Amino acid sequence: MQPFTILSGIAVPLDEANLDTNQLCPTRFNKVPKGPRFAQILLHDRRFNADGSEKPDYILNQEPYRHAVIAVAGRNFGVGSSRETAVFGLISFGIRCVIATNFGDIFFSNSLKNGLLPVRLPAATVETLMQQLLDQRGARLTVDLPNQAVTGPDGKIHRFEIEPLSKRRLVRGLDEIAHTQEYGDAIRRFEDDQKKAFPWLYS
Amino acid sequence: MRTLFDKVWDNHTVAQEEDETLLYVDRCLIHEGSRHTFDTLHEQGLSVAHPDKIFAFSDHYIPTDPQARARDVAGIPDPEIRNMVELLIRNTDEYKISRFGWGDDRQGILHVAGPELGLSQPGIVLVGADSHTSTHGAFGNLSFGIGASETTHVLATQTIWQRRPGTFHIRIEGPLGFGVTAKDIILAVIAKIGIGGAAGHAIEYAGSTIKRMTMNERMTICNMSIEAGARGGMIAPDDTTYEFLANRPFAPKGRAWDEALKFWRTLPSDTEAKFDKEVDIDAARVVPMVTWGTNPEQALPITERVPDPEQEQNAERRTEYSKALSYMGLHPGMPLTDIAVDRVFIGSCTNSRIEDIRAAAVVAKLGRAVVPAWVVPGSESVKRQAEAEGLDRIFTEAGFEWRAAGCSLCTALNGDQLKPGERCGSTSNRNFQGRQGPGGRTHLMSPAMAAAAALCGRLVDVREFAARK
Repeated sequence: MQPFTILSGIAVPLDEANLDTNQLCPTRFNKVPKGPRFAQILLHDRRFNADGSEKPDYILNQEPYRHAVIAVAGRNFGVGSSRETAVFGLISFGIRCVIATNFGDIFFSNSLKNGLLPVRLPAATVETLMQQLLDQRGARLTVDLPNQAVTGPDGKIHRFEIEPLSKRRLVRGLDEIAHTQEYGDAIRRFEDDQKKAFPWLYS
Repeated sequence: MRTLFDKVWDNHTVAQEEDETLLYVDRCLIHEGSRHTFDTLHEQGLSVAHPDKIFAFSDHYIPTDPQARARDVAGIPDPEIRNMVELLIRNTDEYKISRFGWGDDRQGILHVAGPELGLSQPGIVLVGADSHTSTHGAFGNLSFGIGASETTHVLATQTIWQRRPGTFHIRIEGPLGFGVTAKDIILAVIAKIGIGGAAGHAIEYAGSTIKRMTMNERMTICNMSIEAGARGGMIAPDDTTYEFLANRPFAPKGRAWDEALKFWRTLPSDTEAKFDKEVDIDAARVVPMVTWGTNPEQALPITERVPDPEQEQNAERRTEYSKALSYMGLHPGMPLTDIAVDRVFIGSCTNSRIEDIRAAAVVAKLGRAVVPAWVVPGSESVKRQAEAEGLDRIFTEAGFEWRAAGCSLCTALNGDQLKPGERCGSTSNRNFQGRQGPGGRTHLMSPAMAAAAALCGRLVDVREFAARK
């Protein structure tokens, strides 16, 4: 996984609540193998007409947002299904951080596993950032994960919370499976105990 | 003093690192969509730690057209869809994972066939590569959906890292009114707490209404926990649970059953246990519900009218409602019963079990479908049972189409999908934009309500409809 430390760049305001995983990755694309094709799949039905042509009104089809690396979005971002393809789309497009009041639970976990940083900020802060981005086209944000801070276009700093283990994995780009395998002995001990206490799970 | 959730969580804690817990996973359910997981296993040269704890189902991509199913996998016309079904076969063979797939009389939707097999047991941790895995919590366990990377992690290590969620007690009291079902109760719960209402929490449903419910009804309730944003939804195990489980293929037998039962009886939340959040629902006040918008909280009693965004105080909600109405092609203030449907779908992991099929059949008997209407049983076993009861004949005689088991028009992955603009009365769980096909419009409801909509060609209050007949 690509480490995540400090990210600075163009932030796109996705000014809409409840962008569920069906919008982020329409179901029919779930069967596509992970790869660069997902850059086109992200928010596909918002960005493209049925004939494949671009919808020029959609913000991601406009400059400078084609180069956005951060998104600020409405509440309930990524609610819905467990499809990790919703995350593949953002990453392939170039977006490595989404800022919102709250996220779909599974989307949140999926993001962390792919080096996409989901930042939770209070509703009022997200609203302020959204307004700033809408007012100043192409404004930039800086997300500093080691210091857990987002710097707005006005230079104001907004602190955010993140679980320490998730943070460490992201900052170092740690492989989670390799990390868990270090607990191999503990897992085997657990299994031995479970076999004795709950033998029917092993019959 | 511990809750059911606490007991299951504590029993599965392998290690703790800061605020994350390494939980042991007793069962993991996968399906054709798990291709990304196998891709990673291959890329990284990982092996599967316990193939005997992983169970694969062919449901998301399998055709539900009975004629297609009478042929074999090679007969699936769309090469990409065929590839997904074939990949599951190849990958499960390679890693020696049990598969309940094409041609197997135990095949079905993972959340319907899994419980039928007795895989979902009290006290376990069960994960699934599908968000509706919360269904299995109806058996008094901790079940939740996970993404492809987490599934890879579970396959490789049989564990998962989790932040401990809060606990949320939803008490539902009182009898269900005539024509009111488990589906209406859960839609009413989501309408009340919202699609983010249970975020970061594991729900325990309790109260006299839940106590009286069958396992099928309880599964419908727990199934939609994810639509309120919950990590999982669970119900304390009781005699109803044990009766359902007894003699199922994967349930313990003989002395093992007695031992298991003794343990299961210790699982319900202690009377003094505290929850982080609580909500009370008066079941007697719930009437048949339908969704009018583009997410499951946008639901109302069928007796109401489509909301007027202008009447909404909150500006964000005003925008949301306008967008939803524009996508759905509805006018503010129109009675919900004036909404005409183009199609009806009875099926999905929410409502495709035998009791759902029976409830729909009772209504189907009263008339003839005036729009295309599909009945898609959740498993081959449900299909056989329904056919043994003659329900398939009731449907076909009433002009409904009786199909083979699978996810079908709920996920719209296997080619079963709505055309742009088409409006569907559906017993599934999500009414997101494009969920049932690009441009498709979905109204969620119970099986009886969906069957009534098929006979009338519009949304209808099944209670009135039944009274007229």
